Amino acid sequence: MAAELPTTLQYTAEHEWIDAGSPVTVGITAVAADALGDIVFVELPAAGSDVAAGAVIGEIESTKSVSELFSPVTGTVVEVNQAVVDDPSLVNTDPYGEGWLLRVDVTSTGPLLTAEEYGAVNP
Amino acid sequence: MPDRLSPLHDEHVALGAALTPFAGWQMPLRYTSDLAEHTAVRTAAGLFDLSHMGEIEVTGPDAAAFLDRALVGNLTALRVLGARYTMIVDEHGGVVDDLVVYRTGEHVYLVVANASNHEVVLAELRERADRARLDVGLDAAVADRSAATALVAVQGPHALAVVEALPGLTADPDGPADVTPATLKYYACLPLRFDGAPVLVARTGYTGEDGFEFFVDAAGAPALWRALLAAGAGHGLVPAGLSARDSLRLEAGMPLYGNELDRTTTPHDAGLGRVVKLDKVDADGVPVPFVGRDALAARAQSASARVLVGLQGLGRRAARHGYDVVASTQPDAPVVGTVTSGAPSPTLGYPVAMAYVTPEVGAEGQELAVDVRGRREPVRVVPLPFYRRPR
Repeated sequence: MAAELPTTLQYTAEHEWIDAGSPVTVGITAVAADALGDIVFVELPAAGSDVAAGAVIGEIESTKSVSELFSPVTGTVVEVNQAVVDDPSLVNTDPYGEGWLLRVDVTSTGPLLTAEEYGAVNP
Repeated sequence: MPDRLSPLHDEHVALGAALTPFAGWQMPLRYTSDLAEHTAVRTAAGLFDLSHMGEIEVTGPDAAAFLDRALVGNLTALRVLGARYTMIVDEHGGVVDDLVVYRTGEHVYLVVANASNHEVVLAELRERADRARLDVGLDAAVADRSAATALVAVQGPHALAVVEALPGLTADPDGPADVTPATLKYYACLPLRFDGAPVLVARTGYTGEDGFEFFVDAAGAPALWRALLAAGAGHGLVPAGLSARDSLRLEAGMPLYGNELDRTTTPHDAGLGRVVKLDKVDADGVPVPFVGRDALAARAQSASARVLVGLQGLGRRAARHGYDVVASTQPDAPVVGTVTSGAPSPTLGYPVAMAYVTPEVGAEGQELAVDVRGRREPVRVVPLPFYRRPR
């Protein structure tokens, strides 16, 4: 399913991705988006709020289920993707692009996986 | 135990379906998108594999009289080639399963049970048949036809057009000569042939739309499935999975076993007291002592402790199965009920839910709230169903 796992990103076991930017951009993987089904609602932390690696910071809701969003990093949210709040289906259609969720000024990161490692447990 | 595979499993794999374990089966959850499949059924047509449902045949000279003793409905009164929504309950009136029963011959009934309850319903019917034979000498046999039977449904406003475009569908020489799919009544069935083999076509369904269900021999199911997909291509037909099926039935306000119905629930609790026929009589005019009758007779007289209501979500977050219904959005508001099913409604554009609430707060228009994972989302009591198809 997830043939296109970008090797430029790092991943969490909970299906978030982060890029190498500064601030980092955070999203969820195509594997997670596919498993959830059609995403209809996202709840994200407000810009300016502090997040901690491994903590629940939001929710992703599909027609069928609800999934918690875990922060892959510790830091301060500097931007929220309003386009995704307005049209959550962007997470399904372009999870590594237009469907990004947050930008965070990072002070430290939690445990992260390479694309190869994430892909090995999420074929 | 490994999950059972539908006779259409290879078709689902070929179509790229996401499969999910469901009631001991591997069944398609979706083929492309839940929303697209849902919308196709509301606006055009969807093709569903329901082969996981249980098919139980009841035959014999006393099949009708036996079913009157085994189920809450009056099956003696069901005409040949009619269908009826009914229930099997336990001695306490608790729902063992909800069923659709087709009378396919004077002395032949097809009982369709939910996949999760198939074995329980089969065992209950066998035991009740034994008891009816011992107690009053009724002659009825119960046979499991599930393994040999596939069930395929076409649902949606274009369902009839799809069925009429299906090549190979011909009249059954023993069937009624004056009925076609176009003139088949809602909640009735018709024996036909597909490529020469018997197929029972029923105008029933679970989506709130017009639709047809095909009971077919398992071996013939893949050919029928492919032919329906091909026939429906020009009518907007798409294969649709369990996810769309659930959101469609919720919009249509139809109860689901395990959500709105279970053994702690009587038909009356679910607002379905009308399916209970307390006044059934046998051929001699004597009241029929069906299983659960005494409990349900008492229940029909007593005040209700809870009522099943529809809730319209006023925010964007959907209530889900098991969430508390509370009296208001105030943090200290008391719990007044429990959500049994909930989801965002693709057709209506707002969240909907069914819930059991105390009768005092069950009136239409009542403002309540649902505890959505710690936050109290406002909802309003609205009539069921949420969605009714335009006629």
